[in-house]
Amino acid sequence: MSRLLPSLLAAAGLLAITAYIGSSAYAAHSAGSINGSTTVTGDFGPPQGPPIEEKLVAPPGVPAPIHRDHPARVIVRLETQEVVKEIADGVRYNFWTFNGTTPGPLIRVRQGDTVELHLKNDPNSHMAHNIDLHAVMGPGGGAASTVTPPGHESVFTFKALRSGTFIYHCATAPVPMHIANGMYGVIEVEPPEGLPKVDHEYYVTQGDFYTTGTYHEPGLQSFDMQKMLLEQPTYVLFNGREGSLTGANALTSNVGDTVRLFVGNGGPNLVSSFHVIGGIFDNANVEGGTLINHNVQTTLVPAGGTTMVELSTPVPGTLLLVDHSIARAFMQGALGEIKVSGPPQPAIYNKVSSGPVSGAAEPVAVVAEVSNANSAMADGKRVFTQICSACHQGNAMGLPGAFPPLAMSDYLNADPKRAIGIVLNGLSGKITVNSTGYESVMPAQGPNLNDEEIANVLTYVLNNFNNKGGSISPAEVKAVRAGGKPN
Amino acid sequence: MSNRLAGCLLLLAISPAATAADYVAIPAGRFVSALAIDGSASRIAIKPFTMRAEPVTNAEYLTFVSKYPQWQRGRVSPLFAGPQYLAAWQGPLILGAAAQQQPVTNVSWFAARAFCANEHARLPSWYEWEYVSAADGTHRDARQDQARNQTLLSAILASNGERPGVIGQHHANFYGLRDLNQLLWEWTGDYAAMFPNADSRVAGGGALLALCGGSALAFEDKNQYALMMRVAALTALKPADDAPRVGFRCVRDLPGK
Repeated sequence: MSRLLPSLLAAAGLLAITAYIGSSAYAAHSAGSINGSTTVTGDFGPPQGPPIEEKLVAPPGVPAPIHRDHPARVIVRLETQEVVKEIADGVRYNFWTFNGTTPGPLIRVRQGDTVELHLKNDPNSHMAHNIDLHAVMGPGGGAASTVTPPGHESVFTFKALRSGTFIYHCATAPVPMHIANGMYGVIEVEPPEGLPKVDHEYYVTQGDFYTTGTYHEPGLQSFDMQKMLLEQPTYVLFNGREGSLTGANALTSNVGDTVRLFVGNGGPNLVSSFHVIGGIFDNANVEGGTLINHNVQTTLVPAGGTTMVELSTPVPGTLLLVDHSIARAFMQGALGEIKVSGPPQPAIYNKVSSGPVSGAAEPVAVVAEVSNANSAMADGKRVFTQICSACHQGNAMGLPGAFPPLAMSDYLNADPKRAIGIVLNGLSGKITVNSTGYESVMPAQGPNLNDEEIANVLTYVLNNFNNKGGSISPAEVKAVRAGGKPN
Repeated sequence: MSNRLAGCLLLLAISPAATAADYVAIPAGRFVSALAIDGSASRIAIKPFTMRAEPVTNAEYLTFVSKYPQWQRGRVSPLFAGPQYLAAWQGPLILGAAAQQQPVTNVSWFAARAFCANEHARLPSWYEWEYVSAADGTHRDARQDQARNQTLLSAILASNGERPGVIGQHHANFYGLRDLNQLLWEWTGDYAAMFPNADSRVAGGGALLALCGGSALAFEDKNQYALMMRVAALTALKPADDAPRVGFRCVRDLPGK
């Protein structure tokens, strides 16, 4: 033992030297101690100037970019609130939130800033709440310092040492429930030089929700613990509500502009395959860090993680934000829109043909004498199978509570021409079909289908599924399309 | 046993501070706590005791502060109660909109303890409270009934933003106790020591629950979300704090036990 000790000491000394060499070789990422004060990468010294009150805005809004060349003390004020809000039309849910919204507001600071975070808990809350920011280097990400009973306030400070896009969330027990109820948001720590200029910035956060009732079952829904354990959500949503980014709430851009999205995923369970239909990410910050990937179609956003993406919008029309685990987009609500305005850009995107693809879908052995009517019907069936049946089902019976039936549909047969506008422009709001009320959103198919295809599919549906028959001509579709959007 | 119990009840009856409050007898037993004290499931032995069938009400607490001015709002020492103490009452001795039969809330742990001491009782220990709360109407331990757990959780969520309703609206449980799980959170005598340390490398208690991963270690039975909410709500409070949904009930030891 006495012989062993000196050799151990020698080994320890060797390790210390190695560590010293290592730290000087990697000085950019090391921590050292000078005169008792610790120097750390990303620490640009004490905050300068008067403290800055962070101006928070509701999502999908984003605070203005930072144009500052020095670290500051930034005061951020959050209040945890438990609020009953609509999760979908006619469906209410008891959200637990930061500042009343899911996600909570996007916090924007500069690397090296000292953040003074005030966490107030609404006196009407049931629960104690706290905050764990993934931008914090320290125990619990601040959670231990911010456990706040109803009617109290906690304050803690941290230095934002690393740039990137980070999630914050509540970490009070039971943690999965606090997150499932919507207690998360994003903090953006800008690098010292700031972010490249873009024309539009938006804030989108995905979350999975577990309600005791089924999808679109109306009324106040409670949190369902078993569904959460099984990871079988009722809703997968952007910004905490179905339709929060569609229709009148759609994000907007102009032809030739660039768009930046700060994208978070609160979870609690699902990983998002984030995709913009009709767009390519020029830049995607992998997992919200500093690695930038280019020309990306779909990027993974981990639960409790983020990405920051930039895309160009060179042509007019509607881009769709989806989780490309695609059933979530069409069956559980994970759908948003970016509406791009401006003149058509036929050199970049142009619909050239508008006739039925005779022979393409069928082998050459097709009987030459196939009538126009028959090929129109076959095309209608194709469109129905490829597009309509995803929601209205293959037998056109729809899904109770979600998608109205097209089969034996009194609504359809009462006014077949009305259906032209619905297929072209989509439909949202309450309708009654075969004495049953439906309230959901049908996306516009006008941008996807030409006049002939719409005429064909409507004619196909009218003459099948025990409907009354009739036909719609491409000219009629063209007229409605030219007439703009009738409501 | 029945002789002893009768003696005890007799003692209560002649006790000068005893109120009309109904205490019911809780038999001894063993159970496994949902909490993972010292990092593992604990099989807990419970001695027999008696417990108030219902939480302490505004009316009962008004009687108490009328007799003991040092516990009135505005006169109580700030060491023992915060600025929101009895905030729902219209005045120090006027209930106002607060209903007589609602549980008294916005009372500190110190105040709850003083109330119980005044009726020769004490706050229950966490384990005593958890032991009786495990019951449903017919079983002593119904905690594996997922439907029951979801019902408790939904009931708590449905009362969002409201003060607790009046007592006695739900069926009594196996022991004859009411309003244990759905109406409000209740102080326990040892609430501050509820998480001694599941990780002995970490100095100090309590803080573990505050961390995201820590709470996963702190519960042996991770299905008891209603219970977790209660533990989280209580452990966030300091003894002089109060909250709109935190009230209490008292227990008494049986002599000689």
